[in-house]
Amino acid sequence: MGPKTTKLLRLLLLAAAILLPFVSNNYWLDVATLALFYVVLGQGLNIVVGFAGLLDLGYAAFFAVGAYTTGILMTVYGWSFWLTLPVAALLAAGFGVVIGAPTLRLRSDYLAIVTLGFGEIIRILAINLSITGSASGIYGIPRPAIGGYPFSSQKDFYFLMLIIACLVIAAVSRLGRSRIGRAWAYIREDEDAAEAMGIDRVRMKLLAYSIGAIIGSLAGCVFAVKMSAIAPLSFSFMQSIMILLAVVLGGLGSISGVALGAVLVIALPEMLRSAEEWRYLIFGAALILMMIYRPQGLWPAGQEQAADEREAAGDGAKSVPM
Amino acid sequence: MAILSVQNLTLRFGGVVAVSNLSFAVEAGTIASVIGPNGAGKTSVFNMITGFYQPSEGRIRLGDDDLVGRKPSEITRLGLARTFQNLRLFPNLSVLDNVKSGMHSRTRQGVWGAIFRTGRQRQEERLITETAEACIRFVGIEEYAGRAAKALPYGAQRKLEIARALATQPKVLLLDEPAAGLNYEEKEQLIRLIGEIRDSLGITVLIIEHDMGLIKRISDKVTVLDYGRKIAEGKPDEVLRDPRVIEAYLGREEA
Ligand SMILES: Nc1ncnc2c1ncn2[C@@H]1O[C@H](COP(=O)(O)OP(=O)(O)OP(=O)(O)O)[C@@H](O)[C@H]1O
Ligand SMILES: [Mg+2]
Repeated sequence: MGPKTTKLLRLLLLAAAILLPFVSNNYWLDVATLALFYVVLGQGLNIVVGFAGLLDLGYAAFFAVGAYTTGILMTVYGWSFWLTLPVAALLAAGFGVVIGAPTLRLRSDYLAIVTLGFGEIIRILAINLSITGSASGIYGIPRPAIGGYPFSSQKDFYFLMLIIACLVIAAVSRLGRSRIGRAWAYIREDEDAAEAMGIDRVRMKLLAYSIGAIIGSLAGCVFAVKMSAIAPLSFSFMQSIMILLAVVLGGLGSISGVALGAVLVIALPEMLRSAEEWRYLIFGAALILMMIYRPQGLWPAGQEQAADEREAAGDGAKSVPM
Repeated sequence: MAILSVQNLTLRFGGVVAVSNLSFAVEAGTIASVIGPNGAGKTSVFNMITGFYQPSEGRIRLGDDDLVGRKPSEITRLGLARTFQNLRLFPNLSVLDNVKSGMHSRTRQGVWGAIFRTGRQRQEERLITETAEACIRFVGIEEYAGRAAKALPYGAQRKLEIARALATQPKVLLLDEPAAGLNYEEKEQLIRLIGEIRDSLGITVLIIEHDMGLIKRISDKVTVLDYGRKIAEGKPDEVLRDPRVIEAYLGREEA
């Protein structure tokens, strides 16, 4: 795909996303909003799994940290939504370090088990603590407002999520092409060689976990006010797997790929609704075929990068002839 | 003045003594070599100097800095770079991105700068690219700059690893068998390259090599290891004539 086509495609997609609420019914608007949550969660997990090459099977835990932080601070302490965001981000970053630290010296198969355990611990804590409302969760979470304008309709939340998704995509993509993003790639490719080149692998891995955690928790904050009720069920192991699925399906490390993967993970089962109880079977079979015939993902990182580089070269930032 | 020195260095793996009470020093601005039969402990010495192995005993100094107990990344920042005996490139990344890794410890740009594309960040990115390109030109693999490292011919991969190490702007460069697997022409290029690294970049070089011809031509000083011990040291001609050295090599080859 040429750079012009890529750019045009992105603009068309954005235009379609902006127009969607005006042509779609509430049901599909709700599906689209959920897809946007997955786009954001997918990008956050993409930093950990796609960029740094670390496995995380408990990513929904960070989503839960954000949702519960906002839920508790708003219902129990009457905080404004916007003030809960930095608290959730800080908490999540802290948890990111807590989960990251013991996993740093582990190989990926152990890493999988530790992160899975962490995800379960958070969920089980949510079920058992009274402050998190036990199994029934927290309800009556107020709606946020900006300058007196309250977010209430589905359209409002759709646009809020669309803005957040665009910002997160821009931030993650810039991060991926920076000194930090390259350091993650070096670690993913060869940890020892990266360390020999002066990259502190411990710091860089913790940074990946923390930034991933912050993005996941911010999605959780918005989720809490959008649903106005949260329960442990939303933060299950299956949730972590679905987010991971979006990343792998789209293409590890690929921003566009992960966004596409997130939309498909949500939209496909919905489109297959007519197939009734067969739909997850069809979905599963599609995934297996996909992994056999296109293991690098639908929109692999290499392809995306090539397009971006050609774009950069075409923009007049002439590549130095060597 | 010695820029790099090891004193009474010992490394044990359980019962195996890989390096035993080894001391030597490398003078600034010279090319020094470490030779010895297979399994003599040469790579282990490099691994201790660069922080990958913790010595059981002994001290290592780079200029005024003590290296023992530091992380490899910290040691690189202090001015020591290395290559690996079995190439350790970033295989799926481009040649340019491979070499940019060397600039990591010489730059500071963080998450904030990256997300907001600050002026400082863009300036640093330019510096990183320019330095990496200069290193690529220096070793003479500019024709491959955009290709993935794994797609390069073997000889070019060896040069790429050197370019990547040079990008860390080291005071001392450690090369672990850089001529292994190279043909005659490539070896000649390597010899010229190592000479230029010392002469035009002013970098001190410590090299492990099995090719005696190469050792003779470029080293100012040779240290010979056998079973983890130093058995000879001095000018290449003298050392290579030393009966103990000849015996270490011949004895092992017949066994
Ligand atoms: N990580 C390790 N664990 C256990 N033993 C090791 C380890 N690394 C090296 N050794 C042992 O230490 C000894 C020295 O090995 P080293 O790799 O340093 O030799 P070398 O001189 O570089 O040999 P070569 O010329 O074959 O590269 C060998 O007996 C080796 O088996
Ligand atoms: Mg060796």
